Amino acid sequence: MNQSMPNWVNYALIPVINVLLAFLVSAIVFVMIDINPIEAAEVMIKGAFGSEGLGYTLYYTTNLIFTGLAVSVAFHAGLFNIGGEGQAYLGGLGVVLVCLGFGDQLPLFILMPLCILGAAFFGAAWAFIPAYLQAKRGSHIVITTIMFNFLASSLMVYLLVNVMKDPRQMAPVSSAIPEASQLPSFQDMMAAIGVSIGSSPLNLSFFFALIACVLVWIYVWHTRWGYELRSVGFNRNAAQYAGISHVKVIVVTMMISGALSGMMGINEVQGVSHQLKLDFVAGYGFTGIAVALMGRNHPIGVILASLLFGGLYQGGSDLAFDFENVDREIVVVIQGLVILFSGALEHMLRPQIVKIPMLYAKLRASNNQNGSAEA
Amino acid sequence: MEWFNTIIIMLDATLRVATPLLFAALAGMFSERAGVVDISLEGKMLASAFAAAAASSVTGSVWCGLLAGIATSVFFALIHGFACITHRGDQVVSGVAINILVAGLTVTLGRYWFQQGGQTPQLKDAERFKPIEFPFAQELADVPVIGHVYSELLSGHNILVYLAFALVPLSAWVLYRTRFGLRLRAVGENPSAVDTAGISVTWLRYRGVLICGVLCGFAGAYLSTALTGGFIANMTAGKGFMALAALIFGKWRPVPVMLACLLFGFLDAAAVRLQGVEIADGVAIPVELINAAPYILTVFLLAGFIGKAIAPKAVGTPYVKER
Amino acid sequence: MYALELKNINKSFGDVHANKNICLQIPKGTIHGIVGENGAGKSTLMSIIYGFYEPDNGEILVNGNALKINDSCDAIAAGIGMVHQHFMLVENFTVLENVLLGAEDGAMLNESLGKARKRLEKLEEEFSLEVNVDAIVERLSVGLQQRVEILKALYRDAKILILDEPTGVLTPQETKHLFKILNILKEQGVTIVLITHKLQEILDITDNVSVMRQGEMVAHTKTKGTTREELAELMVGRKVRLKVDKSDSEVKESLLSIQNLSVIDHQNVPRVNNVSLEVKAGEVVGIAGVSGNGQSELLEAIAGITAIQAGKIQFAKEAITPEHPISPDKIRKLGVAHVPEDRHKMGMVTKMTASEAAILGYHNDKTYNGRILMDLKAVEQDCAEKMQRWDVRPPKPELKSANFSGGNQQKLIIAREVEQNPDVLLIGQPTRGVDIGAIEFIHEQVIKLRDAGKAVLLVSVELEEIMALADRIVVMFDGQIVGEVAAKDADELTLGLMMANAAGNEDNQQEN
Repeated sequence: MNQSMPNWVNYALIPVINVLLAFLVSAIVFVMIDINPIEAAEVMIKGAFGSEGLGYTLYYTTNLIFTGLAVSVAFHAGLFNIGGEGQAYLGGLGVVLVCLGFGDQLPLFILMPLCILGAAFFGAAWAFIPAYLQAKRGSHIVITTIMFNFLASSLMVYLLVNVMKDPRQMAPVSSAIPEASQLPSFQDMMAAIGVSIGSSPLNLSFFFALIACVLVWIYVWHTRWGYELRSVGFNRNAAQYAGISHVKVIVVTMMISGALSGMMGINEVQGVSHQLKLDFVAGYGFTGIAVALMGRNHPIGVILASLLFGGLYQGGSDLAFDFENVDREIVVVIQGLVILFSGALEHMLRPQIVKIPMLYAKLRASNNQNGSAEA
Repeated sequence: MEWFNTIIIMLDATLRVATPLLFAALAGMFSERAGVVDISLEGKMLASAFAAAAASSVTGSVWCGLLAGIATSVFFALIHGFACITHRGDQVVSGVAINILVAGLTVTLGRYWFQQGGQTPQLKDAERFKPIEFPFAQELADVPVIGHVYSELLSGHNILVYLAFALVPLSAWVLYRTRFGLRLRAVGENPSAVDTAGISVTWLRYRGVLICGVLCGFAGAYLSTALTGGFIANMTAGKGFMALAALIFGKWRPVPVMLACLLFGFLDAAAVRLQGVEIADGVAIPVELINAAPYILTVFLLAGFIGKAIAPKAVGTPYVKER
Repeated sequence: MYALELKNINKSFGDVHANKNICLQIPKGTIHGIVGENGAGKSTLMSIIYGFYEPDNGEILVNGNALKINDSCDAIAAGIGMVHQHFMLVENFTVLENVLLGAEDGAMLNESLGKARKRLEKLEEEFSLEVNVDAIVERLSVGLQQRVEILKALYRDAKILILDEPTGVLTPQETKHLFKILNILKEQGVTIVLITHKLQEILDITDNVSVMRQGEMVAHTKTKGTTREELAELMVGRKVRLKVDKSDSEVKESLLSIQNLSVIDHQNVPRVNNVSLEVKAGEVVGIAGVSGNGQSELLEAIAGITAIQAGKIQFAKEAITPEHPISPDKIRKLGVAHVPEDRHKMGMVTKMTASEAAILGYHNDKTYNGRILMDLKAVEQDCAEKMQRWDVRPPKPELKSANFSGGNQQKLIIAREVEQNPDVLLIGQPTRGVDIGAIEFIHEQVIKLRDAGKAVLLVSVELEEIMALADRIVVMFDGQIVGEVAAKDADELTLGLMMANAAGNEDNQQEN
């Protein structure tokens, strides 16, 4: 039984077809609400990747790279980390604590690594408990991470309402972090080298996200720890046989995953809002699942998928401007459909698609035969 | 008698809060007993809440609303089944997809249809489920204790509340006393055994998923047409997940599941009640802690610190015929 | 007229032609054996008869009527019952519920349960199949679970009973009892198809036998007129070499010494019970026994995979005790290599590439690693060399391990372990599901290692393999070592009696 398929079918053709299907169904939804899907697509593409919107798109992309990578890393170890929301939430707390604590005293270049550590540490810590419970006591990580999302939410409400609330404000938000501790925006960085671009929330953390992609790629495929991680993900028994401690792998992997989610807080808190707000994660953790699925858990795929979803987020805002009675929630519909078609229904068209390269191979074989016969 | 009244009021609130949890948790029970993990209880509830309020508002009949809610929920249940049973997709991923899809669709369609920023119009009386007064509830209200319990706690809920609790013995009966129940429990434990016994695993699992859809439909309709008077965006607010927690906490058995729902409902009622109450000088009870209690308890249970929750053995794994 | 007749059945999976033009005729009321090596296509054929697979073409006739069997439902309706190799039971159900499942009388259970109880008790009596109908299945022994499977078939009025490798998990007494039951069934007119790769069983109980090889039926014969050797030859297609050429062993110092070892499993059931054993440099010690008598647990305990409860496992430099467990990776460093019994479950990660599979367990070695990064070139190079030396085909390290045949996967695993030049080699079922050419090669390599002065501990359920390779044979039964013989003095009869623990078991004596 030859199950091997050309890589391009597995990693390119099938994902692309699945995403197209998701878009097709999205188009039907657009038609249902009296919007011409082609016009809408134009608006969204222009809005997302035009000179004005690109900065916003990349800002959303930054968040999604972090949460998408987080889900991907865990997937490789056979773990479904559905707790990105909570971990990112806690990550934001870590950033704010570092900035409020040391923002005035330390120069930015020292503060920055501290913030990264703070975000990563808090995110990782929030992932640690579910990981430990899964590894040691066998509690299902999907359920525990869901529970931990709600726990994070309760905890943050408590902290923002009772402990960290800025008394000068009505809303439950923390005090603003000192200006010196804020991440430089892209606009400022470009201005520093004499290039003027439009204003956007895009900031330095975008590069952090790209660096994270490289590091994850190295970790998973080019180190012995990554080897152990994948072994545990593919075959727990074989890993045990090889002397790999699955407890260690699960805990370490989930902490890396949580740390990556947590780093989303850097973009949001240190880069954009400069304070801790209720619900600032706003579903990025869940969208990270879509990103990971679409990106086939590979960092390059994650970048591309994040770009697509970032574009959708931004394009969705433009949609709300240009058309009546629609808002960004329509993007959530598209997201849901992408997860459905490239995740849950990923095998739906496989039997049909697999036939394509087989037919192609047959065709080529028969051509070759003809050719050799002629020769 | 002040404290007694307080307790009655809190228990009354408990019933109201526990009802949607109970519908959804029983829904989850049928799905997971059949071997299909369902984290899209939340999404199906939300979809039903929207459809029920919308249909009720348009047709003017709450029953049409209920039917629309159930139909919509069943539709998403079928999508879940199609992905997980027919195409052996990942059940968690499918659940996540449905939750997100519904969150987007309800607001998008609501905004388009009703032009109120995603809400449905406020429902009028005929468009809502109304309380049912038990006979002599008025007259007995003054009888101490028993009369009080009768008229304040037992009487005066809407039909869906009674239905939810009636479903508990019914579910237990179906699960343990009928052929369907036997097969359903078997397919969640060992689908191969069911298959070799000449029973279709696919159809059996679809039936589990369908029942789940119907019950989630009730849960959603209750939220928008009974508990409140209309749909607002994301009105389930995690109730589907809390139902999932109750399902685990009740170890996938009808009566314990009901008790878990009541416990969680009570905690919710207590949180509302204790909002801002100070236990000592300036020290308020952190309401967030009470709100988080169901999740904390479930995590503890899952970790095996308080009892052990053993899921149906085949839950989460698509059935593939072995060679 | 035949109870079951197959005409020209064909079935392919992709490129693999699993069943080629199978014809088979089974007279009513007989016991018919089907033998063949692993992978000969026996299970596929039975799956076709039971409706799990649809044949590409061909005909199935039951009692002379051509039938189309699309699913198990049709098979049951046609009076076909099957006892699968892995039992199809709901473990937390009672025996009664398991038997009833799918054969209920109506939508309500109470009535069916009452009726079923009565019928079941009658069936049990009729066929001497005693099982407590209210027992929870997971608490029953394997032998009893198998009886439940047979009861399930009989309850559905099966007139043709197919048993797929029924004795693999049974003790000799249980096997004997099973055969007794089968004979009673035969007397009652039930037709029985027995699928096995154990020749002795065929000779013991069947009336007729068919031999399968590489997807084809190569012979049909009356059991009375055939011999073990003849069947073996038909099975593998040429004379089998039951002996491996080897010189006498030169035994030296002890490299592995096990003292009073006990192991319990998750459910606190003792698996290894007070076992003491020594393996010396330059010898192969073979552990014989019916599968499931503690051999696997013994091997895994020595490899550090399973924790031990009592006793001591002494290697040259260090010892495992209950207070001082050693992890599998540390045990490797002590010069102990381990070829596990099940290569898919444990021996390799089939979704990784061959080059990655070839370093499993040794992935932390300096050879394959820089300070942080793995040296993937070295890993690939290393694998390519192993493939060449061990004739692994195709010699492509970058290919997924899953795409290699069983024999080539096994060669890769053995290469990985043997090339570490271990002092002790633990090797379980080295040739399970491996083609005959690779078997010889693997056997030669094991002997080569022995001749190089290493200690080899071999576990196999194939007596022939043990007798061919081992210098010393110990027999395990119910977690204990019940006997030891030098290989040159061993014969199958004595070993078989030991494996059945005929000397020390009261049940057995009663049955005799």
